[in-house]
Amino acid sequence: MISSFPKLLNATLITLKLLSVSLIVGLILGILFSIMRINKNLIINKLAYGYSYFFRGTPLLVQIFIIYFGLGQLEFIRSSFLWIFLKEPYWCAIIAFSLNTGAYTSEILRSAFETIKPGLIEAGKSLGIQSKIIFFKIQIPIAIRQSLPAYGNEIILMLKGTSLASTVTLMDLTGVAKYIISTTFKPIEVFIVAGGIYLFLTFLIHNLIKFLEKKYSF
Amino acid sequence: MELLAFGKTGWGDELFIATLMTLAVSITAILIGFLFALIFTPLKLSKNKILNLIANCYTTVIRGVPELLVIYLFFFGGSGAVMYVASIFGYNDYIEINAFITGSFAIGIISGAYSTEVFRGAIQSIDKGQFEASKVLGLKKPIHFFKVIMPQMLRLAIPNLSNVWQITLKDTSLISVTGLVEIMRQSYIAAGSTRDPLFFYSFAAVLYLLLTFLSMKFINRLEIKYSKGY
Repeated sequence: MISSFPKLLNATLITLKLLSVSLIVGLILGILFSIMRINKNLIINKLAYGYSYFFRGTPLLVQIFIIYFGLGQLEFIRSSFLWIFLKEPYWCAIIAFSLNTGAYTSEILRSAFETIKPGLIEAGKSLGIQSKIIFFKIQIPIAIRQSLPAYGNEIILMLKGTSLASTVTLMDLTGVAKYIISTTFKPIEVFIVAGGIYLFLTFLIHNLIKFLEKKYSF
Repeated sequence: MELLAFGKTGWGDELFIATLMTLAVSITAILIGFLFALIFTPLKLSKNKILNLIANCYTTVIRGVPELLVIYLFFFGGSGAVMYVASIFGYNDYIEINAFITGSFAIGIISGAYSTEVFRGAIQSIDKGQFEASKVLGLKKPIHFFKVIMPQMLRLAIPNLSNVWQITLKDTSLISVTGLVEIMRQSYIAAGSTRDPLFFYSFAAVLYLLLTFLSMKFINRLEIKYSKGY
């Protein structure tokens, strides 16, 4: 049980790397698509809705497999510069996670934008503030505060989601745990250690979000 | 489309059976989850601190640990645990548990943690007067629970339970790692033998979308049914 600890800690670094990169990319995607969702143009709106519907309606495992096993089948992708990324399981996992968390983030932000009282925007308008400034200085700060609790949940879901990287040969925390279990046949001990690490990370994220909520509350 | 033909030439019938398997596992798992919720929700609401702690441990651990890790625990540890229990009763032969049972049990325990939270939230948001009123009227406990609390709780819980159902349905894809032939596993087999992973995994995605879409329609109907009178 103790001998497996350093190996699992090493693997935790990979899990954290996967998590942080895909959260950053996912956040950017989420912001883009949530702005598309509140757009009044029907085509743009439906496009963003389709994106989030697909990624929220299918299992993450399917998404990873499509990107890792599926895309390599296409000749034009293999000959393009994209192949540099798509041949590596690491980047495939990150692309899948980013697209997935981007879809959930866009929904969280959209509902946050929708809960902003129209009076606030109207007040800004009647004060003669430019609509760009209204968006960046009024809508975005309120939306961020509104969406913090839900986004915290999303980070924890994504932390658990990164465990799927082990299905495309990446040795993240779950991958290493599975490897140790299948070689030593001590499922319970390994589960306690690996599960403990995940719980500790969840605990940290939970408290970080709580701290941010307090800091930005009004 | 030839790849999806029914019969020996295509994968249509295999994928159809696999879809039924996914549905069967999801339904079994969510029912097992309800059973767990039935046990742990009262513990969560109880005033006894130890019982409370047990229930909190269950929901926190399960919701904080990746589903895949729980499945591996059951997959590798399940038959060992059953054999250990059997050996107490003097049965020492090797016991292999079927992948369907391990899988639905693992997913069931996960979905039970989510259901517990949903039921707890629903019961807590019922007006306190309802509890007091049925006490004052001297209703017996079962009647109080099934006729007063349960209908109100269901109305509040159904929208969130539909989320739990979606999570459960999507989690069943993870059971494919144990070799149970559901949508994901069947697509993996088909992709391997036809060398057309893009098509089969995309088709799997379509199947999952179809399942989530249809079940949402069904749940919306239930929601309307249980919100009658409001």
